[in-house]
Amino acid sequence: MTHSLSKHQTPRQTARPAAPAAPGEAGPPHPGLSLADVLAAFGQGDADSAPAWLQQRRQTARARAARVGFPTAKDEEWRFTPIAPLLRLPLHPAQLPAQRLTAEEIAPFAFGLEGCRLVFVDGYFCAELSSLPAPGGDLQAVSLRAALAGNAPELERHLGRVAGEEAMVFTALNTAFFRDGALLCAAPGKVIAQPVHLLFLATAGAAGASAHVRNLIVAGARSEMKVLETYASLSDAPHFTNTVTELVLGAEARVDHCKIQEENQAAFHLSAVHAQQERGSHWTSHSISTGARLARHQIQTIFRGENAGCLLNGLYLVRGDQLADHHTVVDHAQPRCESHEFYHGVLDGRARGVFNGKILVRQDAQKTNAKQTNRNLLLSDEAVVHTKPQLEIFADDVKCTHGATVGQMDEEAVFYLRSRGIGLEHARRILVRAFASDVVERIPLETVRARLNLMLTERFKDKP
Amino acid sequence: MELLDIRNLSARVEGRTILKNLSLSLKAGEVHAIMGPNGSGKSTLAQVLAGRAEYEVTSGSVLFQGADLLAMKPEERARAGVFLAFQYPVEIPGVNSTYFLRAALNECRKARGLAELAPIEFLKLVKEKSKILQLDPALLNRPVNEGFSGGEKKRNEIFQMAVLEPTLAILDETDSGLDIDALKAVAAGVNKLRRPDNAALVITHYQRLLNYIVPDFVHVLVDGRIVRSGGKELAFTLEERGYDWISEPTAAPAGANP
Repeated sequence: MTHSLSKHQTPRQTARPAAPAAPGEAGPPHPGLSLADVLAAFGQGDADSAPAWLQQRRQTARARAARVGFPTAKDEEWRFTPIAPLLRLPLHPAQLPAQRLTAEEIAPFAFGLEGCRLVFVDGYFCAELSSLPAPGGDLQAVSLRAALAGNAPELERHLGRVAGEEAMVFTALNTAFFRDGALLCAAPGKVIAQPVHLLFLATAGAAGASAHVRNLIVAGARSEMKVLETYASLSDAPHFTNTVTELVLGAEARVDHCKIQEENQAAFHLSAVHAQQERGSHWTSHSISTGARLARHQIQTIFRGENAGCLLNGLYLVRGDQLADHHTVVDHAQPRCESHEFYHGVLDGRARGVFNGKILVRQDAQKTNAKQTNRNLLLSDEAVVHTKPQLEIFADDVKCTHGATVGQMDEEAVFYLRSRGIGLEHARRILVRAFASDVVERIPLETVRARLNLMLTERFKDKP
Repeated sequence: MELLDIRNLSARVEGRTILKNLSLSLKAGEVHAIMGPNGSGKSTLAQVLAGRAEYEVTSGSVLFQGADLLAMKPEERARAGVFLAFQYPVEIPGVNSTYFLRAALNECRKARGLAELAPIEFLKLVKEKSKILQLDPALLNRPVNEGFSGGEKKRNEIFQMAVLEPTLAILDETDSGLDIDALKAVAAGVNKLRRPDNAALVITHYQRLLNYIVPDFVHVLVDGRIVRSGGKELAFTLEERGYDWISEPTAAPAGANP
């Protein structure tokens, strides 16, 4: 029997004394919008046109959101991620932009990919900028609204079911109010060679413009697919993206899901990716977060069959007053599954990072192998990281390890590079890039790696 | 003109004065050895010359080819032709050795008005220089010094020196931790790089290295001062008699060259 539980460091690591008076961490409840205000602001949406099952689910989600309310500083899951600034925005549904974007305007966000692409602008599907596969092929890729209109059976079967009813309140709001998104289905046994790109652009110039985006990805048994999901802004306005992606992996299916969030530094980005895995399936999640004033990434998976696995890979690069939060939940509900988590953060300025990694090993989940690592590089004296592993183990024959580090630039290494003629800023950039390289190198798409390396090189050139 | 001219240099670290009015000068084509007991200030001298910020210069001057070395940043010193072979080379995970060295070489070339080397030309150069050091080329595909043995790290330092072709090489205890084969390889590398227009400052605790890198001058550093200077035979005397017999400074410690 092997039951090893190694703790590299103390369970909670706070790099520095808490930053002075981070908004929302203490004091009275936020004075912004209440949940009732938000429900009113987003109205009834498409209540008339939606199929009955969806109306029902939307109704349930509204009721749940109203019951749960917004999290406060007292809520353990949100302790270090105050949402008060979001609720002080005049939240309202983003409008369909009057000016259509051109192919040239979106080219910088295309990641050099050719092939299947679905483009959404302020949450609205943009057919003329998208290229969809022919219907009836191995890959089905359509907008969610089109799929709803066509009564795609996957929707009723899975939508909202993967995320479940216990998901965070923003996921409930998403279920209640999502306008559009993508439905991707890989047929059983088929390998989809080309990556599918879901591109979400925000153009709204008004503060508080909100897009609720919903995606459903269904990988049939023994199928394989790669999905790139990217978010960016074309305005500087403090807009709000609330996105939920549900992922269903059939037996022995393999999915590589890469999500890149590079929205403007005033934006609020709340995101959930929920996966459900059948026997022998495997998915990789890459979560790259460089944008937004506040970005929360909830990444969850549940093993529903044996011998399944996941690799959760993440990188957050934040500076100024940005906050990046990753909350992962791996539910080892079945025996003989493997999960590996690697999250690296680079923080500059007054930025804050949050990592919470929950690993749940249920009583019957013997021979579980779970590994979790969170490493942080602080480039300034004011950056703060809150990192917490959360292991709940009810089986006895398991291997679970976790480790977290928070450190600063290795000045010995900086000096070594400089002593060979490399300038100070260049040396720092080399070391930041090196710190992130493990995570970047796990991404299979070459164009994504190149873009990230460029970003790493450029981003910390001029410290704010 | 002297290649390196150190005058009355005093330096301290963490409030403790380590170098005390040290003077020393080197001409092009010369190899000088600095010997001394532990804690005498040998490595401090190397670090001060390379520009490490933790060491504070409290008095004195250092001219390198007539320019004020102490006013230069570490990278500027390297680009000007000063190279420090570290006593403890730093492991840098995630930074590929070849990438690092090409970046360094191109910075140095740029500063000297030369064009950057294309990857192909650079690899040719690397191949040629790694032969001199009998360095396993596979090491160069690894992150800088990561997982290198002690001997490999020291060879890698001299290999970098071979690629960067400095005017002044400072070897800080390059012999420490080396077995005799590695020592010979490192010394042979250094000797092959000797030219009439460059110079080396070899810092060592033991005479052993000086059997292979034969110095023109030997200086004895005790308590932050050069207390005796002489030819290569001084090293043998030190080996035989230890450092204790040197109690009195020679008549003119400031004029380090005999």
